[in-house]
Amino acid sequence: MSQAVPTGVPVLALKGVNKSFGAVRALRDVSLELFPGEAHALAGENGAGKSTLIKTLAGVHRPDSGQVLLDGAPVVFHGPADARDAGIAVIYQEPTLFPDLSIAENIFMGRQPRRRLGRIDHKAVRAATAALMGRLGVALDPDRPARGLSIADQQIVEIAKALSFDARVLIMDEPTAALTGSETARLFSVVEALRAEGAAVLFISHRLEEIFRLCQRVTTLRDGRWVASEPLAGLTEDDLVRRMVGRDLDELYPKQDTRVGETALSVRRLTREGVFRDVSFDVRRGEIVALAGLVGAGRTEVAQATFGVDRADAGEVRVGGKPLRPGSPSAAMAAGLALVPEDRRQRGLVMEMSIERNIGLTGLDRISGKGLVKRALERGRAADWAVRLRLKYGRLSDQVGVLSGGNQQKVVLAKWLATDPAVLIVDEPTRGIDVGTKAEVHRLLSSLAAEGLAVLMISSDLPEVLGMADRVLVMHEGRLVAELPRAEATEESVMAAATGRTGEGRAAA
Amino acid sequence: MTATIDKPTAPAEAGRSARSLVDTVFRAREISIAGALVLLVLFTWIAEPRFLGGQGVKDLLLNAAILVLLAVGQSVVVVTRNIDLSVGSVVGLSAFACGKFVSGTDHGPLLVALLGIAVGAACGLVSGSLVSFGKVPALVVTLGMLYIIQGVDYWWAEGEQINAADVPQSVLDLGSGSVLGIPYLPLISFAVLAATAYFLRTYRSGRELYAIGSSPEAARLAGVPIRRRVLGAYVFSGAVAGFAGSLWLARFGTVVADNAHGWELTVVSAVVVGGVAIVGGTGTVWGAALGALLLTTIGSALSVLKVDSFWEDAIAGALLLAAISVDRIVNVRMTRALRKRSAR
Repeated sequence: MSQAVPTGVPVLALKGVNKSFGAVRALRDVSLELFPGEAHALAGENGAGKSTLIKTLAGVHRPDSGQVLLDGAPVVFHGPADARDAGIAVIYQEPTLFPDLSIAENIFMGRQPRRRLGRIDHKAVRAATAALMGRLGVALDPDRPARGLSIADQQIVEIAKALSFDARVLIMDEPTAALTGSETARLFSVVEALRAEGAAVLFISHRLEEIFRLCQRVTTLRDGRWVASEPLAGLTEDDLVRRMVGRDLDELYPKQDTRVGETALSVRRLTREGVFRDVSFDVRRGEIVALAGLVGAGRTEVAQATFGVDRADAGEVRVGGKPLRPGSPSAAMAAGLALVPEDRRQRGLVMEMSIERNIGLTGLDRISGKGLVKRALERGRAADWAVRLRLKYGRLSDQVGVLSGGNQQKVVLAKWLATDPAVLIVDEPTRGIDVGTKAEVHRLLSSLAAEGLAVLMISSDLPEVLGMADRVLVMHEGRLVAELPRAEATEESVMAAATGRTGEGRAAA
Repeated sequence: MTATIDKPTAPAEAGRSARSLVDTVFRAREISIAGALVLLVLFTWIAEPRFLGGQGVKDLLLNAAILVLLAVGQSVVVVTRNIDLSVGSVVGLSAFACGKFVSGTDHGPLLVALLGIAVGAACGLVSGSLVSFGKVPALVVTLGMLYIIQGVDYWWAEGEQINAADVPQSVLDLGSGSVLGIPYLPLISFAVLAATAYFLRTYRSGRELYAIGSSPEAARLAGVPIRRRVLGAYVFSGAVAGFAGSLWLARFGTVVADNAHGWELTVVSAVVVGGVAIVGGTGTVWGAALGALLLTTIGSALSVLKVDSFWEDAIAGALLLAAISVDRIVNVRMTRALRKRSAR
């Protein structure tokens, strides 16, 4: 296991790659080399361009300029099938499975073993799947449909898929985010075995200790630019964070001290069968409460049920002491709740509509008279908020779709803040936006709290949780397993609770 | 610690019972349609014994044959999360084209069938190209194609009608002849049905159709050639509809421009009643064929029982709504059940 910079030809490489989506430059002049038998880490914050880089290697995106090199020779992947045929296996952060098809079919789709006349050998497909599950040490039935599998099990299916063809390059985008400690250990031993057989591995994880445990070299990206490629030996976690962030953390998390007032939002024993169970918490005025946990722990679902988008099976939500009618977002809005959803493109904005129209949507009754929308009021409301949030835009009548991710997020915030809420629920407020805007969003949330707003913030970004929250609630597999005051919340304590390593968490599972 | 030790065995049991649950649900769908069919036939037979006389059964099968064929073609499209509303007018155009082709000649049935298939496949190619390469929503494309094909048919026919007297006897024999007492038409439909079912189950391209309907995004990442497969599904559906058109000519002999007018909706109902989810990814052509058989049998039963024919449409509509509601409920329940099993 040599730790030095390997020599020889990289099996897969990027050279000077640029990629833009509309006005957003996702990758600028990025290079990367993957060598056989080496595990390479890709580090960078959310929105640094890691996912775009992976999708370029996987043949999903084609670079605007620059080259993809396979065994030193330039190649063009016309689609994911080309990359797969070149021996590149990708495990995406969010499993993409066919819910209606069996696990075996999910793994072997398009590559099923065949008998004479091109007929699928169903028995061989099932046997091969069972063998893969054996190799991964899990007991999933090959015939079970993928619908309803837990995130961890879906991840296992994705991993089995990657193993099922002898990949020369294995790319893993946060494969451990939803796994428990023992599942992670098992995954790592499989990866080690593949690496020993000469496969190249590209590994992404927000858990720095995993990077140091598994990988030999690391490439860091920041805001779509290449920062460094270097051996991990001799680096410390702090070195790596400094390369990723490129500035002091204090500046990114401008937390103001606030006076905590009376309870604004109170959730009692909220339950949605099979999703989350018995969730109770309070959020008081002037307080930022973070809801942390792994992907799939049920945080977004709790927010949706609180706001009434999804109906809870049991439990009660009170806003300002008054019980909220369940299953009614309009009642929630009237009571002073606002929800900034996780997926701003799908749920937060109408992409084809203008900035002013989007901001106006939440207050149509306030900007209209006699049943007609008054354009001047609509424009005034939008202009007011655009200034307050330092929105960067051409004209207010421009489509929201042309704005950058960070500015789109500001429009969603403006849309909800314009309703003058008492409680703001934000779901992943800074996912996929650049560091500069991220700091602005943080400053905004902090000053809003100082003005007496109650903020419930769902975030998978641990530094954000630790930097912004007065209190941290941690969910694990649909249950609230820990409540940590700011002073006690550390990366270790939150992760321990989120992965169910605390005694309480184990019992709950 | 014990929790981690017995964990591996738990999913295995959950998986096994989950599989039998899913199997039961899906089999239940086809069995319940078959059951409804049997009850309907029994009930009608008791009320009117001639319903199951030799000619009665023959008529039942003949009536169902063309709808079953169309339902098979439609299922292949619906499974990919698309729809083909143009099948009714394709049948009309193909029947008229075949009629024009044979009238006053002695062309054999094989040639007629090939012509019908070619006409239908050409229509399917146009719809399929627009849907798969043009990325226009299938509903709009095939609705447009429905009117265009109908227009072409009217313009070409100019009120003309093809009469059985002009059609060669060999072609008419295909429509009226039988082997061992079973008419040719249902036999042909059954052969197409069985072949399609086998294809969908045992060929990679067949499974990929389900994959596309189940999750287009996952299909793309798995390297499934989505556009080619969707195009293929439309060409198949068109070809089957065209073939059905030539069988229409053989069965009725008399052909006018608006044959099979409005059939597209009956076909879609049959497919959905038969358990092929309109959102794609699930269902079998066997179910769709049973759905088609059920709908035509309801029609025949009502006319035998001398019930007003408008009830036929009302009942078909009610069945359709019931089928979709059942799909939705089953889907929600099953997801919840599977989730609970894997959570345990």
